[in-house]
Amino acid sequence: MRTFNFASEAEKVNPLVPHTAELVVGAIAFTLLFLVLRRAVVPMFEKAFTARTEAIQGGLERAEQAQLEAQRALVQYNEQLSSAQGEASKLREEARIQGAAILEDLRTKAQDEAARITAAAHSSIEAERQQAITSLRNEVGALAVELASKIVGEALDDQARQSRIVDRFIEDLEKSQK
Amino acid sequence: MRAFIQLHAEGDGFVPPSTNDFNLPPITESIAWLTKPVLLVFLSVILISVFFILSSRKAAVVPSKLQFAGESIYAFVRNDLARDVIGHDFMRFVPYLFTLFTFVLTNNIFGIIPLLQFPAMSHVGFPYVLAIFTFLVFHYVGIRKKGLGKYFKEIAFMPGVPLPVYILLTPIELATFFIVRPLTLSLRLFANMFAGHLLLLVFIMGGDYMMHDSHLIMKLFSPFSFAFGIALTFFEFMVQCLQAYIFTLLTALYIAGALADEH
Repeated sequence: MRTFNFASEAEKVNPLVPHTAELVVGAIAFTLLFLVLRRAVVPMFEKAFTARTEAIQGGLERAEQAQLEAQRALVQYNEQLSSAQGEASKLREEARIQGAAILEDLRTKAQDEAARITAAAHSSIEAERQQAITSLRNEVGALAVELASKIVGEALDDQARQSRIVDRFIEDLEKSQK
Repeated sequence: MRAFIQLHAEGDGFVPPSTNDFNLPPITESIAWLTKPVLLVFLSVILISVFFILSSRKAAVVPSKLQFAGESIYAFVRNDLARDVIGHDFMRFVPYLFTLFTFVLTNNIFGIIPLLQFPAMSHVGFPYVLAIFTFLVFHYVGIRKKGLGKYFKEIAFMPGVPLPVYILLTPIELATFFIVRPLTLSLRLFANMFAGHLLLLVFIMGGDYMMHDSHLIMKLFSPFSFAFGIALTFFEFMVQCLQAYIFTLLTALYIAGALADEH
């Protein structure tokens, strides 16, 4: 240091000895800043932090609640679904049974109807046959009598006799047919 | 200042920056106390106040960029320094620690801000004031909490130590609490800022001197000196932030120590 021009002067200034003015200014400036920050800045930041914490907490609680609600809805939905499924299967079963019953009923009715129609047809055929036999018998009788009277040459007026002859004739006819 | 002028005088050789370079003259002759560091300190108070008032004014849940910037610094001091160190009941000390951190940081960073370029904390008066405040604060809260007698007894006679050891321990403890702590707190900050600024001066002024030297080789090496000065500026920025952090952290530790039941 001593080789330089200002070394001797530099030694006069001790950097560890403070200027009085700087002590005062430092104290005032720092106190001023402290008061400003404590009064205007710190409460505002704290307010923001509190609001934010509350917002986050509120959000979390809301989310939790929503989740719970969703869970409840899911359970309810599942219950409804399973009950609906049960009901549907029950309905299907019922429908199947009903269908079968209807089918059976219809079949029975149709068979009855068929039987009835068949029976009616039978009886009408029988009646017609009886009628045909009766009329045939009369006609054949008349024809046979006419033929016989022509052949025998005598009039067969007697009713009873006539009828006997016809009956015998028809019996003969039937026998010859067999 | 005179050393700087001397630099350009022909034939005198290089005059390295000295402590005199920190002794800046008053800005106007009429007001002797109004020097550059004093002005910078006031400027820092205005800048910090305006910045934080603007950024905290809305106190929105969803912060703007400005609020986020201010909030980050505040949250750093509040959570990482005050809450983590002091723990329970830390909110009482947040305003003080917050002021301390922003004040020291801003005045340190002035050392590398173009045009300002002077760390106010390299004038020992300011660190002294801050150390005295911290000294008063942590002793005050200790005495408030434990009572005068118990507080001093805990410092002087650490519990759980054999009796003869107190001959050695008591003076050390008393010296630690009442001399070493405030002194190291202020001198650490002062010396770091002082040395950092001196280092920058050496390389920038050295580069300037070499550039104006008649020798070609000196001229050629001058850019290296400047480049190193720039690199050191970045380094200084780190030191400036670190020192602000350390000052605040130690203050928080001292407060926590004074509040602790067993020490």
